[in-house]
Amino acid sequence: MKFELPLGDLVEAVVEFLMRHAQWLFDAIEIVVGGLADGIGAALEFPPDVVLAGLIVGLAFYRVGWKFAVFAAVALAVIFALGLWPQTVDTLTLVLTATVIALILGIPLGIAAGRSDRIESALRPMLDLMQTMPAFVYLIPAAMFFGLGTVPGVIATIVFALPPVVRLTSLGIRQVPEELVEAGLAFGCTSRQLLFKVQIPTALPSIMAGVNQTIMLALSMVVIASMIGAGGLGNQVLRGIQRLDIGLGFEGGLAVVLVAILLDRITQSFGKPRTKSAPMTARGSTAPTSESADRPAAMQPAEPGA
Amino acid sequence: MTTKIAVRGLCKVFGTAPAKALELLRRGLSKEEIFARTGQTIGVHDANFEIEAGEIFVVMGLSGSGKSTLVRMLNRLIEPTAGEIVVDGRDITRMSRRELIELRRRDMSMVFQNFALMPHLRVWENAAFGLEVAGFDPVARRERAMNALEAVGLKPYAECWPSELSGGMQQRVGLARALANEPSILLMDEAFSALDPLTRGEMQDELLRLQAEHQRTIVFISHDLDEAIRIGDRLAIMEGGRIVQIGRPDEILKAPANDYVRSFFRNVDLTRVLTAGDIARRDQVTLVRHPGEGVRAALRQLRERDREFGYVQDARRRFHGIVSVESLIAALERSNGGASLADAFLPDVTPVPSDVSMSEVLALVARSPYPLPVVDGNGAYVGAISKTAYLEALGRSR
Ligand SMILES: Nc1ncnc2c1ncn2[C@@H]1O[C@H](COP(=O)(O)OP(=O)(O)O)[C@@H](O)[C@H]1O
Ligand SMILES: [Mg+2]
Repeated sequence: MKFELPLGDLVEAVVEFLMRHAQWLFDAIEIVVGGLADGIGAALEFPPDVVLAGLIVGLAFYRVGWKFAVFAAVALAVIFALGLWPQTVDTLTLVLTATVIALILGIPLGIAAGRSDRIESALRPMLDLMQTMPAFVYLIPAAMFFGLGTVPGVIATIVFALPPVVRLTSLGIRQVPEELVEAGLAFGCTSRQLLFKVQIPTALPSIMAGVNQTIMLALSMVVIASMIGAGGLGNQVLRGIQRLDIGLGFEGGLAVVLVAILLDRITQSFGKPRTKSAPMTARGSTAPTSESADRPAAMQPAEPGA
Repeated sequence: MTTKIAVRGLCKVFGTAPAKALELLRRGLSKEEIFARTGQTIGVHDANFEIEAGEIFVVMGLSGSGKSTLVRMLNRLIEPTAGEIVVDGRDITRMSRRELIELRRRDMSMVFQNFALMPHLRVWENAAFGLEVAGFDPVARRERAMNALEAVGLKPYAECWPSELSGGMQQRVGLARALANEPSILLMDEAFSALDPLTRGEMQDELLRLQAEHQRTIVFISHDLDEAIRIGDRLAIMEGGRIVQIGRPDEILKAPANDYVRSFFRNVDLTRVLTAGDIARRDQVTLVRHPGEGVRAALRQLRERDREFGYVQDARRRFHGIVSVESLIAALERSNGGASLADAFLPDVTPVPSDVSMSEVLALVARSPYPLPVVDGNGAYVGAISKTAYLEALGRSR
């Protein structure tokens, strides 16, 4: 006789139970997520297309540099030329909505995990599960709970994209040098001041790396989520696959890649330590050369801290 | 002098069963034995000492001897297992969280081995860190931080990032940050150990200069004996969590408590520990200058005791000058009997203060034709250093 562990049945039963008894919860989530997605979508579609594109190019210039700004302009022009601009805006809406929610959940979770070993060890297996489970698997319950459309796509995306920001936030907090924490405490920080004045600012590069990865994962998931009607560039790719139309698929794929590069470079720029971007102003305007100041200035007698 | 910090029976056990380890300690077991039996690490065992206000108290010992643990218990970055720490009459081991935070903001600050500057804050913001945490308004914060930076000579760098500064300059920022809230106590854990020797020497001078302008009570951790001797008013020597000796550098040098302490001092440059006062001898002829004491009497004394030079002081022991047999005779001949001792003084005699180190005296002793006179802070004659006495002092210390 053949015996199979009835795990699938069990999961099904749980999902059905939830659907029957927790529908109010899903309705509430749907309202919040749907509302946020509508808001972000409206904000992106409000300005004329050219203005939005100009804003993106401007951001690329301000955060990364003029070369990258040129690249951004060309990339957006290509997307326009392919006629994929509306889908791209839809995709951006999905990515931003999922990312915003993932960060709102993930950063506090990561901070808590970074400060407490117990929370860390409770979270770790869940994060492992979320990350290793094939992305498609999330689509089924998401579709069952929320039907087809934007909201289930965003939900599935959040689940898939959440782990990196949690992990890297926790890691960043844990990697704050012990001496800095001691310095914070020695100068009289409360626990909250220690968090906001020492730990988070010091962990910021790591946290931003997590944000970047979360955005990239969200983008990749959004394509998959088009299978449950999330729309955007994913649809283009999906249609290419369904019709075995290489050209169509390639165009959609290219647009996704271009969006990915733009999002990646721009968000990465926020993770750079400030010392790298700032010295030009700090050094040029105020400080004498380093040889001259270490000694002579220090040897002049001066009132201490009076 | 008032006692600023009094530490009594202070212990720290790292581990989960400190009570058991304390019990074994009381029975006299060593740190290693206790670790072998219970897995508990003794950080500090039964530390007792008092630090005067305005004193630089240096804690010395090999790595792992418990110095950092000791100093971190003084501001309770590490919670003591037992004992009390009385600062300005208040036992800080019994303070509430709130009181402790107030103490750290107002009375104590700390300088760290690896500077521990906040990488996301500019130099002046780092200097203002303690003020910001304590809730000063932005204007007062900036002003006081700038003053502190000026005191360490870094005002022109206020807008830089810490990573743009050299190690020595970064530690000046660390010092400015510690001075900005004008604490009465400064805790410095190997504050200069990460610096190259030249910069380290400069920072030591800097610290002494700041201390001369404004006395603070400083607990300074070091594993470098030369540094300890240079800046410390008193030293505490730690071995395996215990304080084995406390005293002024020269006291410890002259009477080391055990071989561990002796081994510390083995390679020390003694000429920097011992002072002119330590090696001056009172075996010269002293002549008291008063109206009755004439040139002839002085000459007679020197001849009787077969000495070449006489050291002249007054009734209050203040040093006046040196006469020699030759100069006395010359004075007699010049004046036909009416001479006073002052007429016979050798020219260009400058006495050395008793607290000048032996190394600084060396050149003077070598050049001086007579044993070098030494005076104390009041100008009173302490003794004289001959070339022989100097060499003997050197020899004794080997
Ligand atoms: N947090 C800790 N947990 C366990 N043992 C510790 C801890 N901190 C220090 N120790 C131990 O306490 C002893 C004293 O350490 P420490 O005070 O850092 O010495 P030092 O500063 O003189 O080098 C060492 O044996 C060290 O291993
Ligand atoms: Mg140490």
